[in-house]
Amino acid sequence: MFESLTDKLSHTFRNLRGKGKLTEENMADALKEVRTALLSADVHFRVARNFINEVKEKCVGQEVTKSVSPGQQVVKIINDELIQLLGGDSPEIPEKKPLRVMMVGLHGSGKTTSSAKMGRWLTANGYRPLLIACDVYRPAAIDQLEQLAAQESLGFYAERDHKKVAKIGKNALQYAKDNGYDALLFDTAGRLQIDKDLIEEVKDLRKTIIPDEVFLVADSALGQEAVNVAQHFHEAVDLTGIILTKLDGDARGGAALSMKAITGVPIRYAGIGEKPEDFERFHPDRMASRILGMGDVVSLVEKAQENIDQQEAEKMAEKMRKADFNLEDFLSQMQQVKKLGSMQSILSHLPGMGNVQIGDEENNKMKRTEAIVLSMTLQERRNPKLLNGSRRNRIAKGSGTKVSDVNQLLKQFTQMKKMMKAMRGGKGKKMMRAMQEKMGGGAGGLPKLPGMGG
Amino acid sequence: MAGFFAKFKRGLAKTSRTIFSPIGGLFGSKKLDADALEELEESLYSADFGVETTEEILEEIQSAYRKNKDLRGQEAAAIGASVLKQVLAGSAGQLTAAETPPTVIVLLGVNGSGKTTTTAKLAHRLTKEGRSVLVAACDTFRAAAVEQLRTWCDRLSLDLIASQRGADSAAVAFDAMQAAKARGKEFLLIDTAGRLHNKSHLMDELAKIRRVLAKHAPSAPHHAWLVADGSLGSNTVEQARVFNEAFGLTGLVVTKLDGTSRGGALAGIYRELQIPVFFLGLGEGEEDLQPYDVDHYTQAVFGLGDD
Repeated sequence: MFESLTDKLSHTFRNLRGKGKLTEENMADALKEVRTALLSADVHFRVARNFINEVKEKCVGQEVTKSVSPGQQVVKIINDELIQLLGGDSPEIPEKKPLRVMMVGLHGSGKTTSSAKMGRWLTANGYRPLLIACDVYRPAAIDQLEQLAAQESLGFYAERDHKKVAKIGKNALQYAKDNGYDALLFDTAGRLQIDKDLIEEVKDLRKTIIPDEVFLVADSALGQEAVNVAQHFHEAVDLTGIILTKLDGDARGGAALSMKAITGVPIRYAGIGEKPEDFERFHPDRMASRILGMGDVVSLVEKAQENIDQQEAEKMAEKMRKADFNLEDFLSQMQQVKKLGSMQSILSHLPGMGNVQIGDEENNKMKRTEAIVLSMTLQERRNPKLLNGSRRNRIAKGSGTKVSDVNQLLKQFTQMKKMMKAMRGGKGKKMMRAMQEKMGGGAGGLPKLPGMGG
Repeated sequence: MAGFFAKFKRGLAKTSRTIFSPIGGLFGSKKLDADALEELEESLYSADFGVETTEEILEEIQSAYRKNKDLRGQEAAAIGASVLKQVLAGSAGQLTAAETPPTVIVLLGVNGSGKTTTTAKLAHRLTKEGRSVLVAACDTFRAAAVEQLRTWCDRLSLDLIASQRGADSAAVAFDAMQAAKARGKEFLLIDTAGRLHNKSHLMDELAKIRRVLAKHAPSAPHHAWLVADGSLGSNTVEQARVFNEAFGLTGLVVTKLDGTSRGGALAGIYRELQIPVFFLGLGEGEEDLQPYDVDHYTQAVFGLGDD
């Protein structure tokens, strides 16, 4: 697990508070940390170096504000700079019919899946898309596209007996015209950027179909190679955008920065899941916090939305508000949290928590708690007051724990309930507000820095 | 072995040429200077070895340079190779057969890493070595994954057990295990669906495959290999860690090394998890799966000869 950059920098800058100005000298260590963070996030060496130099220029001479730690100040500058670099000017798809889109990329980057996802997305935006199978090499690649097209009710065109990709492309243009399709998606075969013959093939296809958009489909977990790949493809087919795939993984995604920085080709879309609807416009702010390892609160919130039963959550919130919360609710809440994945993976999404290690011990503790609650009768769970000595004894035996464990859990539960009661009052509201502010509230990469207004 | 090395070098030779040539003969007979050292740093980082290994290699070369300002590129390369060799010592896996056949090998990995192609190539390789092999298509999720494997199996005359898309992958594994036993196959290769390692429900599905196999033979699967895309970076280490926790990995296959990627992430994985590497994928043809060897790998990465 990567230590959050914010934590590292706070540490490096510890002695700088109130020292007046940021200078090249007092920032040297910190910038080295930033460089290491970027390199371990797979940002290309050269891009990392240039980036550091730019940040240095921006930082030097800045006053160290009293309310913010210098570490946070530098991180803010870095974050803004990153968003700027990643985002820039990402254009919309031109409003044009027929629209011609071509997908290129390495093997296994997700071209076929992205073609189908984009087709679905275009349908939602008022187009009638046609998927065109131009991968004549990989076994069953045509079948894959055909199945996806059928599944998403998109048009499909292929010539199974032909290997001449440019010819297939040309015929597809006619087919689309004859059948009233107004968005053409050309799914090409995966190829190495240095494979001369195959690169010629896509160049030919490009000349024939004259696409409005040429997208490089790139895996967000790409390593240092990303720069080579993007550069070569850009030279060969003049890319208009990058689609970043598998962003639902946990790669830090430095490759995105490298590709954008070196080629200037904007990152336009992102694949964010297995399902056809998991496709969206690229968000530079989220990517920036991800690369810096500052936690991705937005993703966590989304993950929670995906996994937690909304009704269940509302019911729970209502119960908490009324302080009418029993052990049964406690259990169901615990099970909801478990759906989010291991505690470790939840924490790794939170800023500043990346380096907190949750060992088996914590997970076992959760399991033990669950076992204890599960050993209670429904009545006991709903009304914990029933739990006298002999019942506690039985529960301990049933769950394979000690009576003291049961007692401890009940004590914790009582405290929790007390807290909920307290929250009902005016003091509680204030507390909640403060907590919300701390959590950053709403989208946007950088979590609100304590002490920065608000 | 010589044939293997030639192939391996052809794959990785593109690599050493493209990466190390812009350095202007850095790894040639020219003497090093400060600029060359910085370029060296860049080229080392670009191999995806990870910050730790890269810094170790750099330190060794720099300290040698401090002692001897006449250090030549070739000598620096040899130092680099020897540091990497130390890091990778013992990382070559040996494929052992189970006591009672079939020996079951499960191939796992994230989407698009090359599992299906690797399954086909590995089956072909074992068949050519005179082993009897059965292939199981347990990727029942991706569109046309079964067809992809079936095309390979038809082309290479391999036996395949498959169901249709959407079927229970563990059920296919169960049937395949039964068939492998009944047909007296020596090896059973199981191709699984690509899954991102941070999706817990998909990882649970793997656990089910394991349970089902163990019903037939408590020691199965005998091998569980992560198929990793060689062009990916540091996340491969994370992938290996999580797949290892969820399923228990016994090995690694690094694919797509016929381009300019050098798959340096395998160093990070071996360093942290001591998971050995069995094969490297060096191209799209059925012959392009080659056994991994520490010496050959390190020599090829640093553009050294095969002596």
